[in-house]
Amino acid sequence: MASAAQRRIKSISYAKYGYMFIAPFFLVYCFFQVWPLIYTFILSFKGNQAASANWVGFENYSTILFGQGSAAGAQATHQEFAKALGNTFILWFGNFIPQILLSLLLAVWFTDAKVKLPGKGFFKIVMYMPNIITAASVAALYVNLFGDSKYYFINATLMKMGMAEPIQFISGEWNAKFMVMFIQTWLWFGNTMIMLMSGIMGINPSLFEAADIDGANSGQQFFKITLPLLQPIMVYTLVTSMIGGLQMFDIPYLYHNGAQFSKHLETVAVYIYYNFNKGTVDQANYGYAGAASIIIFAITACLGAITFYMNRDKDAIAKKKQRKKAEKQYKAKMKQGGLTL
Amino acid sequence: MSLKSDYGQPKENYHAKIIAKSAVIFAVCVLLTLICLVPIYILIVNSTHNSMDLAQNPSRFWFGSSLGANFRTLMNNLPSDATKTMKRVATQYHNAFNVGQGYMNSLIIAGCTTFLTVFFSAMTAYGLTVYEFKLNSAAYTFIIAVMMIPVQVSSAGFVRFMYSLHLINNFIPLIVPAIAAPAVIFFMVSYMKSSFPLDIVEASRIDGCGEFRTFLTIAIPMMKPAIAVQGIFAFVANWNNYYTQNMILKNEKLSTVPIMVSKVLAFDKNIDNGVNFLCVTLSILPIVVVYFILSKFIIAGVALGGVKE
Repeated sequence: MASAAQRRIKSISYAKYGYMFIAPFFLVYCFFQVWPLIYTFILSFKGNQAASANWVGFENYSTILFGQGSAAGAQATHQEFAKALGNTFILWFGNFIPQILLSLLLAVWFTDAKVKLPGKGFFKIVMYMPNIITAASVAALYVNLFGDSKYYFINATLMKMGMAEPIQFISGEWNAKFMVMFIQTWLWFGNTMIMLMSGIMGINPSLFEAADIDGANSGQQFFKITLPLLQPIMVYTLVTSMIGGLQMFDIPYLYHNGAQFSKHLETVAVYIYYNFNKGTVDQANYGYAGAASIIIFAITACLGAITFYMNRDKDAIAKKKQRKKAEKQYKAKMKQGGLTL
Repeated sequence: MSLKSDYGQPKENYHAKIIAKSAVIFAVCVLLTLICLVPIYILIVNSTHNSMDLAQNPSRFWFGSSLGANFRTLMNNLPSDATKTMKRVATQYHNAFNVGQGYMNSLIIAGCTTFLTVFFSAMTAYGLTVYEFKLNSAAYTFIIAVMMIPVQVSSAGFVRFMYSLHLINNFIPLIVPAIAAPAVIFFMVSYMKSSFPLDIVEASRIDGCGEFRTFLTIAIPMMKPAIAVQGIFAFVANWNNYYTQNMILKNEKLSTVPIMVSKVLAFDKNIDNGVNFLCVTLSILPIVVVYFILSKFIIAGVALGGVKE
């Protein structure tokens, strides 16, 4: 039996406290995130530089996507954006594939109960370390080690070992792209490895034991047990990595010689940043930056929808379908009159 | 009989195979460890050489003796007999990379954002799990939906908006938005759902404790593990954030560590390689030291974040 106090408490509505507790989040989020997003959307329909007060409709979109538009250099703007989009894809692909393969291999090794590996904790800590370092400093570190001339560590060491000419690690287009892929892999493989490890450790160990007893080798165990059961977390990793790849900024922007970023490493994030951050407000291309941002937003939304679709509870949906089917059959039978209650 | 002998035999060289496999794995791990650590080691070694030595032989694997000299150049504290070029170099580096001020600015920003992020995220998570109200599930769905939106998407509008509010060169646009951290809220809600019994709230109500006091004195202490993990990640993310800081802070006095590093990178004359390396070392060192102290915590936190679904 509930006491008088308990009954009284049940009758009080605490709903207003709920609103009070979540209010700060929503106020700040609307002010600093939602409104800037809407504002970016508005800016994408307005002009660039000194003409930023004029409405131009879809001109910014048609300029950056197809090179059509009245503005001077529309074709060049389009080519720059297309190149940035291509670079983003190349750099993301080139770091995601080695990263996921390496992480998956390490995660399987680290969770294999049969393998005796001394210092497992130490390895994990060291492999995650690059992820914690300031990305700007990582770019600076690699620029100072891989400089183009013979006065930098890597080239000097290679030349000591007999190489004739220094390699253009920064100004060579594909060398630089390869370096950015390498740095991104270096930064992220530890993180992906730990995520995949926690996914593998969530798999029921008796499955592996049973497979072992039945004589499955480690390859079969990997392809028939680990990989299928790891699918949700793999999809999650893939999508977060793609969204992260669209945001790739610090390393491509800072991996350069001299005062300006390297054009052959320009990603979409760099493109957006460069366009709205040029000089004073009147010199910046808010229109192009806004249009590019909205395109990225659309891509992100599609990717998010895909994860949601892939990760929804398939069992629950299947059960719902079954229940409906059973209901239908039952009703059909009732109509036939074959069943009396 | 033949059946029995088939099953009775141990697998061929089972032990030898496992040992061989372990050895291969160990070798690969050692190699990856070297790839992770050697760049940092070379960086620290090179920051102890002066630019003259580095120009003669840039490929050095052991410490030199010029750390103090490099540091004096960076602090613009040269001996009186220094040449004009040396003075110019020192002034250039000191203006771009003012160590104390940079650490201070980064610490203020990262400290304040961390506090705001964990406090308000815990508060929002508490509101969403403890109270039943009409918009509860709608609010939670909204938070999950916006979790993955990248900053880049709204940054053009954000900067323009901050220009119109005259908040450029101000820490406010970097600190206050930390109150709204959807991913942290998502983590805290799932933590509370698994390990925060709602009966406690009811018990404290019966004892006459107010709602905010219950949150501050009962819920917060019970959420310490989640708060610690998210606090560390928030601190690191804000200490490392170059993108937002660089678009808001244009004044040299307000530069944070990542901005200072990018400025040193952009030099195209009067470059002193030794001091360059020292700058990068100084920007990396605090976070690496803190990482090795808290590493167990951090690795566990990453693993927790990965368990979704």
